[in-house]
Amino acid sequence: MSLSESEVRHVAMLARLALTDEEVALMQSDLNSILGHIDTIAQLDLESVPPTAHAIPVVNVTRPDVVVPGLSREAALMNAPAAEDGAFLIPQITGGGDEA
Amino acid sequence: MSDLNLSAWSALQIRDAIANGDFSAHEAAQSALSRIETLDGDVHAFNQVTPELALAAADKIDARAAAGEALPPLAGVPAAFKDNMNLIGTRTTCSSRILANYESPYDCTAVARLIEAGVVPLGKCNMDQFAFGSSGETSYTGPAKNPWDLGRVPGGSSSGSAASVSAGMATVSLGSDTGGSIRQPGALTGTVALKPTYGRVSRYGCVAFASSLDQIGPFSRTVEDSALVLEAICGKDLMDATSVSRDDEQFVGATRDADVKGMRIAIVRDLLDMEGVTPEVKQSVLDAAARYEAMGAIVGEVDLPTSQHGLSAYYIIGPAEASSNLARMDGIRYGHRVADATDVLDLYMRSRSEGFGPEAKRRIMLGTYALSAGYYDAYYGKAQKARTLIASEFSAAFADYDVLLTPTSPQVAWKFGEKSDPLSMYLSDIYTIPVNLAGNCGISIPCGITAAEDGTPLPIGLQLIGDHFAEAKLFRAAAALERDLDLDMRSPLVRG
Repeated sequence: MSLSESEVRHVAMLARLALTDEEVALMQSDLNSILGHIDTIAQLDLESVPPTAHAIPVVNVTRPDVVVPGLSREAALMNAPAAEDGAFLIPQITGGGDEA
Repeated sequence: MSDLNLSAWSALQIRDAIANGDFSAHEAAQSALSRIETLDGDVHAFNQVTPELALAAADKIDARAAAGEALPPLAGVPAAFKDNMNLIGTRTTCSSRILANYESPYDCTAVARLIEAGVVPLGKCNMDQFAFGSSGETSYTGPAKNPWDLGRVPGGSSSGSAASVSAGMATVSLGSDTGGSIRQPGALTGTVALKPTYGRVSRYGCVAFASSLDQIGPFSRTVEDSALVLEAICGKDLMDATSVSRDDEQFVGATRDADVKGMRIAIVRDLLDMEGVTPEVKQSVLDAAARYEAMGAIVGEVDLPTSQHGLSAYYIIGPAEASSNLARMDGIRYGHRVADATDVLDLYMRSRSEGFGPEAKRRIMLGTYALSAGYYDAYYGKAQKARTLIASEFSAAFADYDVLLTPTSPQVAWKFGEKSDPLSMYLSDIYTIPVNLAGNCGISIPCGITAAEDGTPLPIGLQLIGDHFAEAKLFRAAAALERDLDLDMRSPLVRG
């Protein structure tokens, strides 16, 4: 399989990456070279093989339902690019104007 | 100041000397810090050096010694941590621009446990950006250098963790290994480098790359030190649901009882015969096998045919998990944020594009593609099935053998800039990747020194692979060979 330029742009949008035209071209050639190697996996007969998500069996882990201290608000906000009144500050995401 | 030089000492020797009153933990810390000051301008193993933390920890040890208290197992041992592990009072940058100013809000469990065990924290080590790389060259702060030859890469992604030990600055360090990122730089710098079994060590507080593959482990100068560090950091942690406690968490004993008589050891024949492995590296594996046989081990051969496809499976699964894990780097709660965003989408897109380097972008793109609608079954689904086959081949091999042998890296340390296309870089991890996919443990130990084309002596690493939670066997076999080879693995920076 190989990616077209428009597919590269689509994937970049999904990944929330703003690539320049030069980056798109380079990415297309890099990804196609890597995918060319990855496609050798098609040589394997995988029809009846179950998938593995974790190599070691994982089990649900529970603990007594009691309150324990978590990360403090101060610690959670210490790296915030912008914060106000104990909350993260972001650009407005709802429409402007005077709706309620 | 005293001229104490600990650059060739083991952790055990330092601990014992401090307990014995030969020198103080303060002096040990001071010695390591002054060595960093002298050398790290050239080596660049560290992103951040933490003299205050080191001396404070050392003074605590000295106070305990003065009070006649029993000292912890790694008392006063100078240690360093990969810069993807949180430690309060340090930045955790992952050698990236996007986290360049990120202050650790809490401690990584493995780091906290090692400090609890008495080490003095020297600082945070350079790495490939977000652990994406095999040479250290993707670091936003510039690459760490190989102490054997400053014109060569130390391997990666735990480049600085390896270089700090090889250069004699740290005595032990922690790295993380997703596809070889501890073992491969261990091989390229002549250090002992362990990737424990998945689940053996908590991953809490280590910035996630691929959560089903990542594992934290130590670099050290001796196999015994590796065991000592693993004892300190292993075991269940409530903050990582995949971590486990076992009843076999005493590993140092295995390194002392280094008797391999009757141990079943196999060369992985088809992987050894793969294209791309250099003759010296291949020969060193065969020589190691011969030594094991001479020491009384039962040596055989196995094939792991699906492991040859490990690279393909890994470059789907790793990036897929990474693209998901790195989605949290969005400029909202932490990390780089563009100042003039017009709306939230613009903020996400430009903050991420400015904050991630080219390799991080490649992995995110690859993973996003592999998980995107219409391609999931063709890529991610197939890779997960291949993973099943790889793991079952390992299981079958471990029914017959205790330890498997491969090279750690197909070649010794190469020069900066030599591997310019991504795929050739990826191929340098062919021997280490299948171990992560199968969740097994693996250790790289120095097994020889070879001359590069320009005559530079460079270390060769041997990988020993063990079944799930079979670290004790690995340590026993590794210590036996270490003793038998009796190599002088001091890098030129340590020999002086």
